[in-house]
Amino acid sequence: MIPSKFDYIKASSISEAVKLLGKHGYDAKILSGGHSLIPAMKLRLNRPLVLIDISGISGMNTITEQGGEIIIGANCTHSQVLKSDLVKNKLNIVTQTVKCIGDIQVRNRGTIGGSLAHADPSSDYPATILACEAIIEVEGKNGSRTIDAIDFFQGIFTTSLAEDEIITAVRFPKVINGNYQKFFQSASRFAVVGVAVVKDGDSVKVGVTGVSDTPYRAIAVEDAYSGNSDAGSHAIDNIEVMSDHFADVEYRSHLAKVYVKKALEA
Amino acid sequence: MQISLTINGKSHSNDIEPRMSLVHYLREVMDLTGTHVGCDTSGCGACTITLDGNAVKSCTLLAVQADGCEIMTIEGMANGEQMHPIQEAFKENHGLQCGFCTPGMVMTAVDILKSNPNPTEEEIRHGLEGNFCRCTGYHNIVKSIQQAAEQLNS
Ligand SMILES: Cc1cc2nc3c(=O)[nH]c(=O)nc-3n(C[C@H](O)[C@H](O)[C@H](O)COP(=O)(O)OP(=O)(O)OC[C@H]3O[C@@H](n4cnc5c(N)ncnc54)[C@H](O)[C@@H]3O)c2cc1C
Ligand code: FES
Ligand code: FES
Repeated sequence: MIPSKFDYIKASSISEAVKLLGKHGYDAKILSGGHSLIPAMKLRLNRPLVLIDISGISGMNTITEQGGEIIIGANCTHSQVLKSDLVKNKLNIVTQTVKCIGDIQVRNRGTIGGSLAHADPSSDYPATILACEAIIEVEGKNGSRTIDAIDFFQGIFTTSLAEDEIITAVRFPKVINGNYQKFFQSASRFAVVGVAVVKDGDSVKVGVTGVSDTPYRAIAVEDAYSGNSDAGSHAIDNIEVMSDHFADVEYRSHLAKVYVKKALEA
Repeated sequence: MQISLTINGKSHSNDIEPRMSLVHYLREVMDLTGTHVGCDTSGCGACTITLDGNAVKSCTLLAVQADGCEIMTIEGMANGEQMHPIQEAFKENHGLQCGFCTPGMVMTAVDILKSNPNPTEEEIRHGLEGNFCRCTGYHNIVKSIQQAAEQLNS
């Protein structure tokens, strides 16, 4: 399986990458770890004429603490995040999330920016981004802006990124009490259901991936929460549950409730 | 497009098409056929090599992405006639039957033992999540990596 022909350009700065995106428009694709894009190109589901490799841009692969927030550069690989003591100590829910992405080899290449931009409905990060109320930093031809997690995911493989924008970093508040629970697809290891819960006193924030074609905040669960896992029964209230060969609607709905309960109990 | 990289300690420079995958570059341009292609879709791990010390699936990288990097393939593991302790342990413990998955298993083991020199059985099994073996049932592969860890630590 060989992709169709393309030109490959290695961008050396964010502004160069943004300029190249503006110049080539729909013909171009950003390349980070390549672990979603390259398989799609090999299957010719995607045929960009220009690949703009952003993986070498300096400053996009650091993990820092600033003003009470943890900032993860868009090019940080899942392995890098998994090995970060800062993330482990102050944002453990993210450590738990990346630990169950794919396998060692996939984690050595896949990045947080690529995962969010790709918006695979079965990917893990979205649940955690939502529950943590993370903020996505992007840059485009009109400068930089931030997007709240709740506004970022728009549908299957669809986000609120503009055509000329790239994700530069993701900002997380520190999380003391959070956890991620996942039911794996047995072969690919993507999430059939993934649930992230952040607890703060009497309130919870719940992010769910894998259940619907768009990851969502389970507001009905959050409203019903009274300190135990009963609220998990509201996991799919007002949600259109998806169906595929891993799990039909009935089974997936059941799993969603069970995994929200598990995450509330943990 | 011109790329320059180090493979098993030697520098190479080649002019290749950007769409050439790293595994095809290694096998067809460099003639290093020890790295296998199983699924070609990032599932099986047969094509695993290390890139700057990290295990990666070379069917899901473009050769141009490896420009400037250091690559190690199974051919680079032995020191002349002297097998690497991981290879020796696979031989000793029947860690292979047909051997198709073995280069990928060995290269993944390099990464497992680099990040965790004393892995538990469970940690080894989790570490091999991206590598399929259709022959051994994994048991002896896990044993091989346990023995290699002891050997490397002694
Ligand atoms: C075998 C296998 C198993 C996997 N298992 C899991 C799993 O269990 N859970 C999971 O969540 N994921 C899984 N993944 C996906 C993996 O985490 C991907 O690597 C990740 O989703 C995409 O990151 P990337 O850096 O490889 O992006 P790329 O493939 O480089 O890019 C993906 C898309 O995002 C765009 N893009 C990349 N970076 C940016 C940016 N900074 N700004 C704007 N657009 C950008 C690209 O143009 C492209 O459209 C798996 C992948 C494989 C191959
Ligand atoms: S051939 Fe690369 S993972 Fe199977
Ligand atoms: S030894 Fe035959 S596939 Fe592993």
